[in-house]
Amino acid sequence: MSVDLSQFIPSFLEESFEGLELMEASLLNLEAGDHETIHSIFRAAHSIKGGAGTFGFDSVTEFTHLVETLLDEMRDGRREVDPKDVEILLNSVDCMRILIEAARDKADYDKDKVTENTHQLEETLANVLSGEVTADIQDPDDAQNSSKKTYHIIFIPNHDLAKPGNDPLFLFGALADLGELTTEALTKELPALSDICPQELYLSWHLTLISDSSLEEVKEIFEWVEDECELTITQSEASNIVAEPEIETTAAPSEENTEIVTEKPVEIEEANTPPVKEQLPEVAKEQIKSKTKGKGDVGSIRVGVDKVDNLINLVGELVITQSMLSELGSDFQMDKIDRLNSGLEQLLQNTKELQESVMRIRMLPISFAFNRFPRLVHDLANKTGKAMELIIKGEQTELDKTVMEQIGDPLVHLVRNAADHGIENADVRVANGKPEMGTISLDAYHQGGNIVIEISDDGAGINRDKVFSKAVEKGIIDPNSTLTDPQVFDLLFEPGFSTADEVTDISGRGVGMDVVKRNIQALGGRIQVESTMGEGSCFKVNLPLTLAILDGQLVKVGSETYIIPLISIVESLQVDDGLVNRVSGDMALYRLRDENVPILPVYQLFGLSTEHTKINNALLVVVEADGQKVGLMVDHLLAQQQVVIKSLKENYQQVIGISGATILGDGSVAMILDIPGMIQMAMGHAQQKRHLSHHHDTEQPTNGIKELH
Amino acid sequence: MAKVLVVDDSNSIRDMVSFTLKSAGYQTVEAKDGLDGLAKAKTGSFDLVISDVNMPNMDGITLCGELRKLPNFQFTPILMLTTESSTDMKMRGKSAGATGWLVKPFNPEKLLATIKRVVR
Repeated sequence: MSVDLSQFIPSFLEESFEGLELMEASLLNLEAGDHETIHSIFRAAHSIKGGAGTFGFDSVTEFTHLVETLLDEMRDGRREVDPKDVEILLNSVDCMRILIEAARDKADYDKDKVTENTHQLEETLANVLSGEVTADIQDPDDAQNSSKKTYHIIFIPNHDLAKPGNDPLFLFGALADLGELTTEALTKELPALSDICPQELYLSWHLTLISDSSLEEVKEIFEWVEDECELTITQSEASNIVAEPEIETTAAPSEENTEIVTEKPVEIEEANTPPVKEQLPEVAKEQIKSKTKGKGDVGSIRVGVDKVDNLINLVGELVITQSMLSELGSDFQMDKIDRLNSGLEQLLQNTKELQESVMRIRMLPISFAFNRFPRLVHDLANKTGKAMELIIKGEQTELDKTVMEQIGDPLVHLVRNAADHGIENADVRVANGKPEMGTISLDAYHQGGNIVIEISDDGAGINRDKVFSKAVEKGIIDPNSTLTDPQVFDLLFEPGFSTADEVTDISGRGVGMDVVKRNIQALGGRIQVESTMGEGSCFKVNLPLTLAILDGQLVKVGSETYIIPLISIVESLQVDDGLVNRVSGDMALYRLRDENVPILPVYQLFGLSTEHTKINNALLVVVEADGQKVGLMVDHLLAQQQVVIKSLKENYQQVIGISGATILGDGSVAMILDIPGMIQMAMGHAQQKRHLSHHHDTEQPTNGIKELH
Repeated sequence: MAKVLVVDDSNSIRDMVSFTLKSAGYQTVEAKDGLDGLAKAKTGSFDLVISDVNMPNMDGITLCGELRKLPNFQFTPILMLTTESSTDMKMRGKSAGATGWLVKPFNPEKLLATIKRVVR
């Protein structure tokens, strides 16, 4: 029978790439004498080799065999763990990745790199491999002799042969699969019934097999028992006649006790042999989860069973609620209204839990994104010649898979920057009284409904004046502008800005920080910089946990309903006119404890008409973004609810001040406010009025919104 | 229908072994390492155990030794699934009570043919 295993290739590949990541991470942390780590590296390589062999990925198998041999040496303590070997192994991990990818894509690969690495491995293993020459030579049994041969097998098992799970009947069954088998049981040693130990074997056999299989194949059947029995196999020459078994060659000691059994020895023997196996108690048929997955090229997630179980429980509850409601609906009278309400309440609860549970399935620990950094920093340290180490914290913080996939590249860029521009050369560090070894840290944690990723270094920090003059030089800012530190650091994210004196091949390959910022914004996140000269810099990336759902406050402005993301809301209040300060132009400020918060009337910003235009007693929703607070003046506060985000960009076009849209319970469309965007808009307004130099066009998007309604 | 306990830390190998066995009509229970295997083993009886050797938490050799201590597993065939065909490895398996070994790379037809030596 043929079993098609190709459906398992995707899961093998996924597992292999995980294995490679583990190998890489472990190699980077490998210290001499750390046996557990060497073991886990070995296991990873070993699994890859095994799987690759199964699928016929020979290039992978052969290469990995070398890697495994080197690891085996280390594992058994025959070889010291030295940095040179670790470097070779790290390169080998790259080669394995290349080979696996090539096998997956059935494509060509960088043969030079692999060949070079193969040579390195072979050189390192020179003494070991020379002793192994014969190991891989194929058995010369392929000289398939089609003519039938007769084998005479004398099989005298030890009494305890059954102990490790052997059963002669099954061996005979396997022999019978090779050809025509005649068995003859010799019962001479069978003791009296009262002396029989049910766990021991007393029979021996003479078997005659007529088969076209080779002697090797016949011997192989007994491979597992050869130490527990006396076995003689003789092969009669060229007997292509299906002959009667030559009974006379049998050293059958007592003819009267000999039974001759042909074919199906299993059933017949059963009655006569002492019970070699303990009777297995019948257990309740265990439900086995079907693991045949129809995986195609679509990305897959590995989900903890607990999460799935939880989901199934919730669906169960949902079904109960549903049946209760439909029973109620089939014969509804007003006196049952309480039950209806409680049923609906339950439905609400179920739906909410189900939703949370489904969202959790997409959540993965951020270690998936962080994994590549130890290697990156290791390589960067080698390339730049600077001493640096990476500290990773919060790698168990969970994040939506899509967000994770897209945040990888921006993070790489930031880490490269930290290594290249941030960390100083060792001599400079020592001269400044810092430890010789520079530190880059990656940290992830949850804050409100967001995840914050910090990339910090203890390097030189950002030179404010240098950034400023560069920005002037590039014509990004006016030489006379007065900017705060955060504003200056923000200039780093302007297109075409690079402060490195010379472009190295590490960072500054044309992909600027502007792209980093754009990518982060596209994920609904934001990035901030903090830096102190001489002490280091910290890039803080704020990302939403998920892209699909948002907790929102519904507000009414004129005839429109808008949604303000709950996470941006600081508080909502009714304006006390005494605290309003109309300092400049028509930008009013509200005194909120120690701060002056600009009041932004939403109707003005979006060009709506409403009766609620007076600031006095108006409703103010104080929101915060990028460290800046503003008060959004709205007509009414409505409910708070979770909304499913629909992209405006995909369905219409990007609109400043709006991050997306959603469909409300009554079917109407509501816009989700983009707080940072709105603040920018408002500041743009104000600056336009003050300078006339800026070019934020706010009219266009306003029209855009109107058209959509 | 014979019931087989498949122990391997590699999901893909475990899936493949299990799939192959199921397609030949065996019933399978999967475990992801030696400890898990031992725990699953205690939930019932099996007609065959197929276990990887190199696994985290508890390796296959140790698992084999532990299984032999259970009354239900004294006579149960235990096969080690391994790429290491060295005599040393086989001896270690044998002395821990393994019935036999299956040498990777894993080949479904070969697996099915081979396990017939210990189970039907």
